Amino acid sequence: MADTHNGAIGAASTRVRKMDAAVTARLRGDTAFRVLMLALSFIAIVPLALILVYIVVRGASSINWAFLTQLPKPMGEAGGGISNAIVGTVILIVIASVISIPLGILAGIFLSERSQSRLGTVARLSVETLMGIPSIVIGIVAYTWIVKPMGHFSSLSGGVALAMIMLPVITLATEETLLLIPMTLREAALALGVSYPRMITRVILPSGMSGILTGVLLAVARGAGETAPLLFTAFGSPFMAANIFKPMESLPHTIFYYATSPYPEWQALAWGASFVLLVLVLALNVITKLVTSRWKIQF
Amino acid sequence: MKSERTSDTAFRTLLVLGGIAVSVLLIAIFLSLLLASRGAIVANGFRFITGSEWDPVTNSFHSLAFVVGTLITSLIALVIATILALALAILMGEYFRSGPLSAIMRTSVELLAGIPSVVYGFIGLFFFVPVVRVLQAALGLPPFGVGMFTTALLLAFMILPYSASIAREMITLVPSDLKEAALSLGATPSETIWKVTLPYASSGIMGGVLLSLGRALGETMAVTMVIGNANVLTFNIFAPGNTMASVIANEFSEASSNVYLASLIEIGLLLFVVSTLINIVGKVVVNRMAAR
Amino acid sequence: MEDSVLTNGKTILETRALVAGFDGKDIVKSVSLAVPEGRITAVMGPSGCGKTTFMRCINRMHELAANAQVSGEVLLDGEDVYRINPILLRRRIGMVFQRPNPFPTMSIYENVVAGYNLNGARMSRVERDRIVEETLRRVTLWDEVKDALYRRGTFLSGGQQQRLCIARALAMKPEILLLDEPTSALDPKATAAIEELVVSLKGVVTIIQVTHNIPQAARISDYTAFIHLGELVEFGPTKTLFTVPKDKRTEEYLSGKFG
Repeated sequence: MADTHNGAIGAASTRVRKMDAAVTARLRGDTAFRVLMLALSFIAIVPLALILVYIVVRGASSINWAFLTQLPKPMGEAGGGISNAIVGTVILIVIASVISIPLGILAGIFLSERSQSRLGTVARLSVETLMGIPSIVIGIVAYTWIVKPMGHFSSLSGGVALAMIMLPVITLATEETLLLIPMTLREAALALGVSYPRMITRVILPSGMSGILTGVLLAVARGAGETAPLLFTAFGSPFMAANIFKPMESLPHTIFYYATSPYPEWQALAWGASFVLLVLVLALNVITKLVTSRWKIQF
Repeated sequence: MKSERTSDTAFRTLLVLGGIAVSVLLIAIFLSLLLASRGAIVANGFRFITGSEWDPVTNSFHSLAFVVGTLITSLIALVIATILALALAILMGEYFRSGPLSAIMRTSVELLAGIPSVVYGFIGLFFFVPVVRVLQAALGLPPFGVGMFTTALLLAFMILPYSASIAREMITLVPSDLKEAALSLGATPSETIWKVTLPYASSGIMGGVLLSLGRALGETMAVTMVIGNANVLTFNIFAPGNTMASVIANEFSEASSNVYLASLIEIGLLLFVVSTLINIVGKVVVNRMAAR
Repeated sequence: MEDSVLTNGKTILETRALVAGFDGKDIVKSVSLAVPEGRITAVMGPSGCGKTTFMRCINRMHELAANAQVSGEVLLDGEDVYRINPILLRRRIGMVFQRPNPFPTMSIYENVVAGYNLNGARMSRVERDRIVEETLRRVTLWDEVKDALYRRGTFLSGGQQQRLCIARALAMKPEILLLDEPTSALDPKATAAIEELVVSLKGVVTIIQVTHNIPQAARISDYTAFIHLGELVEFGPTKTLFTVPKDKRTEEYLSGKFG
C-alpha cells in the first residue's frame, strides 16, 4: 500500500534517507550530551565536597577539650580555645530566638489565616522582601537602632540583627505548614463549639508543629552562620561573654578574625572553629530531616 | 460567653498586630537607612552614583567603583553558576529523577546550600586564591591571587545550590506528556530536553537566574575575604576591587567621620534598593511559571 | 481466549506473546494479536485492563518508564521492533495522546512539522509549507487556521488542538497511527469531528485506537480486540464481535455488566 501516501514518493524517500543517515550522529550527540551533564555536575559538587572533607579532617584534629573550654590566647602564643565564641553564639541565638520565634509564628499564623485581605498581601510581600535583604544591611539597621544610641557595641544589638534575619524564615515556614492543613480540620473543631483562639492554638498549631519546628531549626542554622550583621553590632571580644550590653564574640566572627590574621596559631583556631560551626549547621539540618520524617502529620 | 467573645477578638487583634508588625518592620528598615544616610545624600549629591573616587581623607565619597565591582563579580559568577546549575538541574530533573543517586545529589546540594558565608570565604582564602595565583602567573599577570575573578569563582559555587534547586523545580514542572509527544515523534532524550523541556521552562529558569543574582549581590563575608579590598574603579577582572557589600563590611567600624559613615550607609541603601528590585522581579517571573 | 485471527488483508503489525509491566508485576499477560493493514482496529476494555500499556509497547514508549519490563515479540512488517532503533521506529509509528498536547512554545506551523524539526531534517521552505498545508487539509483544520499559522496553538479549542496533534503525527507519514483514547477529554461535538477524521484516514494509514467507549468502537472500527485483565479475550471483525461475541466475558462487557 505504498501508493497510499500522497505527495511525491521519490522526494519523500530521499528526505527519509537523509534523516536516517543522521541518526547515528544524533545518538552519539545524545550520549555526548549526557556525559557533558554528568561532567558539569561533577565539577559543581565534587570539588566543594572534597574541600569540606578536608576542613572536617583538619579541623577535627584541633578539637580537644582545651579547645572547647579555653579562651583564646594573645597573639603569638600557642594553644587557646574558642569557648567565648561558642558561648557567644549560643547567647546571640537565644536573644534572637526570644524576639523572632513568637513574632514569627504569630505572623505566620496571620498570613495563613488572612492571606486574602489587603493587609495579608502587604504583610506577605514584606516578609518575602525581608527574606531577601542582604544581611550586612540588616547589620547597619541594628547599628542605627541600638549601637548608635547606646554608644558602644553590644550583643543585644547583635541578637536583634539576627532576629531580623531569622524572622522571615520562621514566618514563611509557619505559613507554609499551616496552609497545608485542610480546611475540614478547622471546620470540625469549630463545629464542636471550640472557640477560634482555641481552635488555632489547640488544634491547628499542634498539627503543624513539625513544620514550624523545622522552620525554627533552619532559621537557627542560618542565624548561627551569619557574620556580616555582627561586624558592627556584637563586634567581637577576646573575653568570655557575660553582659548583653557589651561586645561579644561569636563562632562565625572568630573564623573571620582568625582566618584573615597572619598568625598560623590563630589560623589553626579558625580551622577548629570552622569544624565546630559546620558540625552545628549540619546537625541542625539533620535534626530537621528527622523531625520532618518522624513527626510530620500527613493529611 | 461574653468573655469568650472578648478573648476571640483579642486573639484576632493579636494576629493582625503580627501582620502589621512585619510590614512596619520593613518600612522601618527602609526609613532608617534613608534617615541615617541623609547627611551623605545631601553632601554627595547625584555624583555619588556617577563618580568613582572614594577618599575618606578629603571626604569625597562616590559609589561607582563598588557598583562596578558588584556587577562584575556577580555577573561572572552568574554565568558560571547558571551553566553548572542547569547541568545539575537537568541531571536531577531528567536523567536521575529518583533512586539512590538522585537522593545523594539532592542531599549534597542541600548541605552545600547551608554552609555559612564565612566558611566559604575561608575555603576561598586557602584553596581558590593559591590556584588563581598559579593561573595568573601562568598567564603572565600579576599574581595577586585575590581579586574580582577569584571572588566571582567563589560566588559561583556559593549561589550554585540555590540556582540548581530553582532550576530543577522549574524543569520538573514541564508536563510529561509534552516530553512523551516529542519522544514519540522520534526525538532523542537530549533533543527533547533541548527543544521542548528547556524552552518550556525557560521563563522560570530566567526568574531563578534573577533570584540567584539577588543572592549574589548580598554576599558579604566570602567576598570581603578574597576580593582584595581595593577602592579603585577597574574593569580588569583579575585586579583587586570591592563590592558594595564588602566595602561596608571592611570600613564601617573604622569610619572616622559622620559623613564617612553616612556614605557607607548610603551604599547600604543603594544595595537594599537594587537587591529588593531584582528579587521582586525574579519572584514574579518564577511564580508566573509555577502558575502555568 | 481467542487466538489471533487474520480475516482478509495483509498483517502489518503482529504481537507474539507480548508480556509487559512494571516493578515485577505484569499488566499485559501474553497478548498475541495480528493487526490488519489500512484498517481501524479498536483495542477496548475496562480501565486498568492493560490496553494502554499494550499500545505503548508497540512504539517502545513503555520502556521509557522506570522499572518497566517487556518480553515477547512485536513485529512491524515482519521486523522485530525491539531490534530496530527506537528513534527510527517512532518515525514509522505515530502517537496521539489522551489530552491534546501541542507544543506550547511552538506555532501551529512549527507544531505540524515538529517531527521533522526535532529530528533535525533539513528541508526547503517550500517543502515545509507543502507538508503543513497538505497535513492540515487532511485533518480539516486548514481553513480554520490558515491565517493564524504562526501563532501559538494554545488559543485553539480542545477539538482543534487534538486535530493539530493528529496532524503532527500524520506529517511524518507513519505506517501506523496509535490513538490513546483521543476523544476522552473532548466534548461531544469535537468527539464527532475526530471520529469522522479517523474514519477518513482508513486506507491512508493503519490505525490502532485504544478506547473504553464501547459505542465509539462500534461506530468507527473495522476490527476490535477486547482485552481484560491483561489478556486478549477476543479479536475479530467489529460487526461479528459486537453482535455474536464468542466469549462470555466479551458479552458481559458489551452489555455493561462491568466496566
